[in-house]
Amino acid sequence: MSAPRIEWVVPAAGATDRHAIWKKAGAIGLLALACALPWVSSDYSLFQYSQVYSYAIALLGLNILTGYNGQISLGHGAFYAIGAYTAAILMDKLGAPYWATLPAAGAVCLVAGFLFGLPALRLEGLYLALATFALGVSMPQLLKYHHLEAWTGGVQGIVIAKPEPPAVLTNAGLPINADQWLYFFALAVTILMFALGRNLMRGRVGRALIAIRDHAIAAEAMGVNNALYKSLAFGVSAMYTGIAGALGAIAVQYVAPDSFNIFLSLVFLVGIVVGGLASISGALYGALFIQFVPNIADDISKAAPWAIFGVIMIAFVYLMPTGVAGAVRLLLARRKSP
Amino acid sequence: MEGFLQQIVSGLAAGGIYGAFALALVMTYLATSTVNFAQGEMAMFATFVAWGLIQSGVPYWLAFFATLVLSFLGGVAIERVILRPLESAPVLSITIVTIGLLAIFNSMAGWLFGYTVRTFPSPFPQSPLKLAGVVVSPHSLGSLGVTLALIGLLYVFFRYTRLGLAMRAAARYPMASRLVGIRVGWMLALGWGLAAMIGSVSGMLIAPVLFLDPNMMEGILIYAFASATLGGFTSPAGAVVGGFLVGIIENLSGTYIRFIGTDLKLTVALAIIVLVLIFKPSGLFGRTQPHHT
Amino acid sequence: MNRKPLFVAALLAAALSSSVLAQKKYDPGASDAEIRIGNTNPYSGPASAYGTIAKSIAAYFKMLNDRGGINGRKVNFISYDDSYSPPKTVEMVRKLVEQDNVLFVFQTLGTPSNTAIHKYMNLQKVPQMHVATGATKWNDPKNFPWTMGWQPNYQSEARAYAAHILKTKPDAKIGLLFQNDDYGKDYLKGFKDGLGDKARAMIVAEVSYEVTDPTVDSQIVQLQASGANVFFNITTPKFAAQAIRKAYDIGWKPVHYLNNVSNSVGSVLTPAGVEKAVGIISSAYIKDATDQRWANDAAIGQWRQFMNKYYPDGNQADVFNVYGYTVAATLQEVLKRCGDNLTRENVMKQAASMKGFRVDTLLPGISITTSADDYAPIESVQLERFNGKQWELFGEVLGK
Repeated sequence: MSAPRIEWVVPAAGATDRHAIWKKAGAIGLLALACALPWVSSDYSLFQYSQVYSYAIALLGLNILTGYNGQISLGHGAFYAIGAYTAAILMDKLGAPYWATLPAAGAVCLVAGFLFGLPALRLEGLYLALATFALGVSMPQLLKYHHLEAWTGGVQGIVIAKPEPPAVLTNAGLPINADQWLYFFALAVTILMFALGRNLMRGRVGRALIAIRDHAIAAEAMGVNNALYKSLAFGVSAMYTGIAGALGAIAVQYVAPDSFNIFLSLVFLVGIVVGGLASISGALYGALFIQFVPNIADDISKAAPWAIFGVIMIAFVYLMPTGVAGAVRLLLARRKSP
Repeated sequence: MEGFLQQIVSGLAAGGIYGAFALALVMTYLATSTVNFAQGEMAMFATFVAWGLIQSGVPYWLAFFATLVLSFLGGVAIERVILRPLESAPVLSITIVTIGLLAIFNSMAGWLFGYTVRTFPSPFPQSPLKLAGVVVSPHSLGSLGVTLALIGLLYVFFRYTRLGLAMRAAARYPMASRLVGIRVGWMLALGWGLAAMIGSVSGMLIAPVLFLDPNMMEGILIYAFASATLGGFTSPAGAVVGGFLVGIIENLSGTYIRFIGTDLKLTVALAIIVLVLIFKPSGLFGRTQPHHT
Repeated sequence: MNRKPLFVAALLAAALSSSVLAQKKYDPGASDAEIRIGNTNPYSGPASAYGTIAKSIAAYFKMLNDRGGINGRKVNFISYDDSYSPPKTVEMVRKLVEQDNVLFVFQTLGTPSNTAIHKYMNLQKVPQMHVATGATKWNDPKNFPWTMGWQPNYQSEARAYAAHILKTKPDAKIGLLFQNDDYGKDYLKGFKDGLGDKARAMIVAEVSYEVTDPTVDSQIVQLQASGANVFFNITTPKFAAQAIRKAYDIGWKPVHYLNNVSNSVGSVLTPAGVEKAVGIISSAYIKDATDQRWANDAAIGQWRQFMNKYYPDGNQADVFNVYGYTVAATLQEVLKRCGDNLTRENVMKQAASMKGFRVDTLLPGISITTSADDYAPIESVQLERFNGKQWELFGEVLGK
């Protein structure tokens, strides 16, 4: 496979960025909007937004691996599943509180991802993609495996209780319901993960990952420990996706093997490409895409909903080859230049 | 002992199916350096077209060849119309487009032809043969023959014809190829057309065994990826051998390894492939592609 | 003396009292003009073959509306695609309940999908009516009073086969093929429960397959090699056809029990080859339109007219379309009995008070009976044997 033609150059820290002020304002505005939503949206919409946050974190994870580091994964649905089941098992079998399951899911997936990344070091491009594809395809079978049934619930899955707003707030008389609380929880986690991701990618780690992606040999020659960074990329990427999976499981309150088939992995890939490879904001755009466009497709045609989804997908790739994030960047650049 | 042999024969029969379709995947990869996720759905759609022709009275062989032509044209059209504007886009974008095509073809087939299971005729005699105590279907043998013939044709085409050479060059070194006057765009289109054609052949060979329905190729795609990965994505013969291996491994492990049972059949097959890849990163018969930036 | 005011007062009193008596009661989703019903079905993805059920139900309601609706109200049937993915089901059902304000949700399809919304529906006190799955857990009025199934559950069907085997072939060696999901495992459990302590001794092989598997040929070979002489076939239509054909081709001739999800003459036995299916035992509660038996049946004739007019794209060889028609007819009766009291509570109450109600596309002898403790509308099935041309019922109607 040929290297990508278009370069995603990460601006060096401290470089004068005429867009910086606009970007900061935009980010603050977005944050304000996000915090205001629970007061103007229905509970059902808040549930959808919580799902969007979960997907955004997952897509950021995949982007770290595939967008920034060039290692294509067609099996990230598997890490999402591991995170989700970790949360479900901890909550259901061990009575753990919901917020504790996220770090646990992250830790489990960090290890799992790193372990998978190690042997994957030997695989290049296509074969790595296929190995991850194998992982993604096997996940449902593994989850249904009858020797693990006592833990995973087998084909029946696991039902989880809905998190309640903390007593502190309800006792103070704040009119916040479970859906609103979950939304804020998801928002907080998302902000945290995105901030972490942004710092990582803007700094030395990000540059190392990109260097490995674009010129692996040169990177090695410059002193970057390719093997370590690539495996770490896998681990961190899996960690993100695992945390996203846990969050998703808590929002939906149910995990079952059918929820985590290979199509989930493929949809994640669609999400990062449509959203924008090697882009932090791209993860959010991609999450909005994979959450809402299938619903739109369903509204347009009940006879062939996937066909509409496929057409929209292709249209997005056509019109915005560098993803929505890339298009936004171009738009801003055009605005600024005389 | 009979059960064991029969499992091997079943595995070879299944593997033949995987391998035949894996050829189409390999063809696309050799000709365009991309993996076409929609290959299975395109093959299924072509088979439905053939089915439709046969239903309206067209004799089998006429429908067969008509489908070959139509799928060839379809493949070329897809490359020229849908993929051409993306020639300068990242490879992942093309992958996403093929995922989109997967969704479109699957959905369209369901809409146009419905989801009821259909029978598809086989050109080979139907009654099973009994050889050395195991039952073999003439269709499996016939399909195997067709697959081997296809491999042979592909080998000759890529190795000994100028067109084949031009196609390989266009896929691997597009810039250099343009410099020597090869119309890279049309080479890619030709590759897609040929791959679509091979896909439709495999679809028409698979349908009599699996029954035709819009989700017929989903499982096959997975196993075909496994076969091509195991055998090497750059080797047509390797993909078919990979198919046989996958078929036999999954049958035997499912039958004889207790703690796996049929529960983890697919997982085991995939695990073995990943293991093989670790020791032979480009598959058993593949060749490592040199990095070019 | 002017009698008019007294007379008018009397009239008013009479009018008021009768309107109190005839008071209409509505919960969200019901009004004078319409009854809004929600549904999710897999219109896309690997389970999309089942999507035709919701399409046939939608067509049935269109027919009803053309005829004036139910008690003068039109049925507004809102159906969303969930791709058989539980998170999507949750999202779509929440949309139906919280945004579209449906009166209740009807015929949501799939055990995992329904499990995902089970608690939610009962917390919200919105009926989860006539779920489209045969899992046994929907008949639990004590803990989940807002959830009700419709079709005979898989476990009781499997128990019927087990009982038959114990009676006719007590020394059988049984081989099982099942789909590795809730549907397959539910049948498996019922079957083993039906055999009781004999289960361990009698079952010599138990093999599974995945929906994503291309073929079950290897599993059939394995079953033959196990020496089984009775075969319980728990597969969905495509795989059932493959299994029937393969068993015949390798010369394996067990006593073959086939689950009733996959016993359609047109969609399963004919592709497999009817000569290869002779002797198969299954059970039925619905008339299979492709079965010669019902060629001149009045109810099937009406159904065909319905399909031709309201669902012409639908496949008349697909028994799912008879299923959809029949369950929609059941709901029609429930809603009719609600009259003007269209509260969610009353919908459940009426659904739980059916006594021997019949839809003519059900087999003769099968009827719908529910009560406050019994949320299983159809519990009876009849065993039948395939003679190469059509199914022949035998024995009595089993179950209630």
